[in-house]
Amino acid sequence: MSETTTAAGVRHGLGTSAPRPDGVPKVQGRFAFSSDLWADGMLWGATLRSPHPHARIVRLDVSPAWTIPGVECVVTAADVPGKATYGLISSDQPVFAGDVVRYVGEPVAAVAADHPETCRRALAAIVVEYEVLAPLVDAEAAVDGSFPPIHPDGNVIRHQRILHGDPDATGPVVVEGTYELGMQDQAFLGLEAALALPDPGGGGVELFVATQWLHEDRQQIAACLGLPDEGVRITLGGVGGAFGAREDISLQVHTCLLALRSGRPVKVQYSREESFFGHVHRHPARIHMRHHATVDGDLVKVEARIVLDGGAYASTSSAVLVNAVSHVQGPYRLANAVVDGWAVRTNNPPCGAMRGFGVVQACFAHESQMDKLAAACGLSPLEVRLRNAMRTGDELITGGPMDSVAPLERCLLETAAVPLPPTPDDHVLARPGGTGRTTDPAHVRRGVGWALAMKNLMYSEGFDDFSTARVRLHDGVAAVKVATAEVGQGFVVLAQQIARTVLGVDDVVVEPADTTIGSAGSTSASRQTWMSGGAVDDACRAVRERLFELVGSRHGIEPLRLAIDGTDVVDTIGDLRVPVAEASAGVVLEQTVEHHHRPTEELDEQGQGRCHTAFAFTAQRAVVDVDPELGLVKVVQIATAQDVGRALNPLSVVGQIEGGIAQGLGLAVMEEIVLAEGRIRNPSFTDYLLPTCLDAPDVVAVLVEEPEPMAPLGAKGVGEPPCVAATPAIVAAIRDAVGRALPRVPVRPQDICL
Amino acid sequence: MSNELPAAEHYVLTVNGVAHEVRDAWIGESLLYVLRERLGLPGAKGACEQGECGSCSVVVDGELVCSCLVLAAAAVGRDITTVEGLAPAATPSDVQQAFVDEGAVQCGFCTPGLVVAVHHLLDQHPHPTDAEVREALSGNICRCTGYGRILAAVQAVAEERRRV
Repeated sequence: MSETTTAAGVRHGLGTSAPRPDGVPKVQGRFAFSSDLWADGMLWGATLRSPHPHARIVRLDVSPAWTIPGVECVVTAADVPGKATYGLISSDQPVFAGDVVRYVGEPVAAVAADHPETCRRALAAIVVEYEVLAPLVDAEAAVDGSFPPIHPDGNVIRHQRILHGDPDATGPVVVEGTYELGMQDQAFLGLEAALALPDPGGGGVELFVATQWLHEDRQQIAACLGLPDEGVRITLGGVGGAFGAREDISLQVHTCLLALRSGRPVKVQYSREESFFGHVHRHPARIHMRHHATVDGDLVKVEARIVLDGGAYASTSSAVLVNAVSHVQGPYRLANAVVDGWAVRTNNPPCGAMRGFGVVQACFAHESQMDKLAAACGLSPLEVRLRNAMRTGDELITGGPMDSVAPLERCLLETAAVPLPPTPDDHVLARPGGTGRTTDPAHVRRGVGWALAMKNLMYSEGFDDFSTARVRLHDGVAAVKVATAEVGQGFVVLAQQIARTVLGVDDVVVEPADTTIGSAGSTSASRQTWMSGGAVDDACRAVRERLFELVGSRHGIEPLRLAIDGTDVVDTIGDLRVPVAEASAGVVLEQTVEHHHRPTEELDEQGQGRCHTAFAFTAQRAVVDVDPELGLVKVVQIATAQDVGRALNPLSVVGQIEGGIAQGLGLAVMEEIVLAEGRIRNPSFTDYLLPTCLDAPDVVAVLVEEPEPMAPLGAKGVGEPPCVAATPAIVAAIRDAVGRALPRVPVRPQDICL
Repeated sequence: MSNELPAAEHYVLTVNGVAHEVRDAWIGESLLYVLRERLGLPGAKGACEQGECGSCSVVVDGELVCSCLVLAAAAVGRDITTVEGLAPAATPSDVQQAFVDEGAVQCGFCTPGLVVAVHHLLDQHPHPTDAEVREALSGNICRCTGYGRILAAVQAVAEERRRV
């Protein structure tokens, strides 16, 4: 990595692994997460939830809760002053259940009291009588219409078809399979938490909350509270990870309502168990896919049928579905496609955004198919992918060309060039099963698997997910104001890097993210480097123009001749050199700009339309050791070459790649919310397994830097592609080791050994 | 069972070398709750309430524990060290600085617990192998980093301590 240095030392501009400004507070335990917030006279809030997947509420009596000393407030659906429902795309989810509950964990009432334990007792005292109804838990019964509607909006959230090219095209080689993915949890470490402070008189509320999108939250909260948007002022509380799970409303409306009703500050903080019920999950999917190809292994046509279980409420299911159907193509040249996809409503827990957003599901299926095609044509997994890899300009199955930089061949070849790891490590902890120490090393089989993935960046289908930034330069210090949710990804350091490079300052203050500035859009869809990075870059450039005008007028020089060199303003064809600190002394130069990406289109009935903004790609090669007798897997190494456009902070990029791979590994071999008749059987970290550092593979990451002309900084989002590719790569490696079909993830021990 | 919380308790906890009086506490409160909500020491984090994730790691009488599983009243008379007690605010410890330098911090929620655990590990085993580090930290879940930079930070500190 190159570091631009000046006489003053390392400058930590773009392209350097600049340290995060929140790093030291975080390692010292001084960084204030939402769960750390506290206010004088604060009450604790808690939520009563449905124990049934589908039931009618016959009687609800909260009066016993009021009699408990310390209880200050109890609210139900009857107390919601504004709109009774909310939702990211369609407003179909009740703030509190009214007459019907549609999933286990649906909020029914909330209390505020002086102590969390008082809250627990108050919830236990509330009387709810339910008439239990038959739950809809089979997504296929929602598709075929055999189950009566469980919601006024019906049981099909969206059906989307893609018809492209010749639907009757065939090839001499046909491979097919049915694939399934279980429900994955984002499992961020920092549980849902918020602190609401009511305005005196109750005309508004201030909310500190861990979220991914401040302005969307505000709009939904204000509507439910019956307040104008400006009546709800939101400041980002420290966010302990997100991964999609904080895009929807969870505790926001409840917390504000309790604060407004009690007239006291209220803090709500979920437990881990409650968190499993309190946020959306990754859609479980069932996908049938058939590919036609030539005898040489060139793809001719893809046919697919996709069913996503959206759970009880819509959340972002319709957008997740568009991603799933449009990414059936994978990063491959493919002229003909017939795809049908459904996102349906059931009485299972609601599903929505999680890192990869529909593409994880599609990629597991198409990559499993590519290995079948390779086997059918006598090609290696690498050869079949090289043969079909898409290039810029190739046609998409949704119509129009792939117009992102698409260095897929390079990703594959650079991945292949990474040396394979040595033969199985003899250390007992390196064997499958790790600390269990149960594996006989003589039985271990090694496997190698490949995956190639593409992931759309930013929002799709006509949504203008712009970002707003304000930059102020004064006395050589730049202040950056954005409402961008820092959820761990490191936007706070990227904002500093941009300002340092563009404005030639060393000191950059990133102000708190709140709703006093315009929206930054969501921290999701791998979009903030592009969108908020673009906005900060635009604002810095606008401020720099003002600075050049100022310096030009002072020195009688045409501003167009001026440039930033290090921390100085210089005349590119003369001798003038003025430090930025000096040039900006005593003046305030401030600009606010919005950054918009190019418009996109909705898909039509045939699934045609330029629905996506841009794409990023990655190749991964997984090496696993498997104990076929015990069904245990150790992922040894993931080699990857990822299309990043430009690595603006290489250390951050590597962190996203390694972190994304770990989540993909989780889905491959251990993570699943196990459901039985709509009930989550494992809502704890004891029973929902997450990768630990004993499970983490060695990751060898190559950053493929071919700057993207459409991207404001040449950089693509990097967070999602590694998560998308890791699951199919690891499962392919397990298949290679044990020779089983393994059509479902997570792959469980019994899938390997029984 | 009455719905009213039982009689208040008064006791003293010694945290980071300082005696703290705990007044009017419910006897059922965990050490994690008392540190965070009563003593103004929010460095230890709660993320699972079951001793699975290590976010609440503190050291009690030289032993690394999950403070969510320890009753505060049971820690009376013991020496408790939290992340806040590892180094003065102005000068991060070598482990803390290495976490920042090596990219081991993303959202940071697991970080204080990991920092406490790494200090404890390196105090006991100054030169751990990669396998020993992984085993020692396998009780600390990180959802952001995939652990690569955390392992790099630990080895960077071990290496630096070896040189000094």
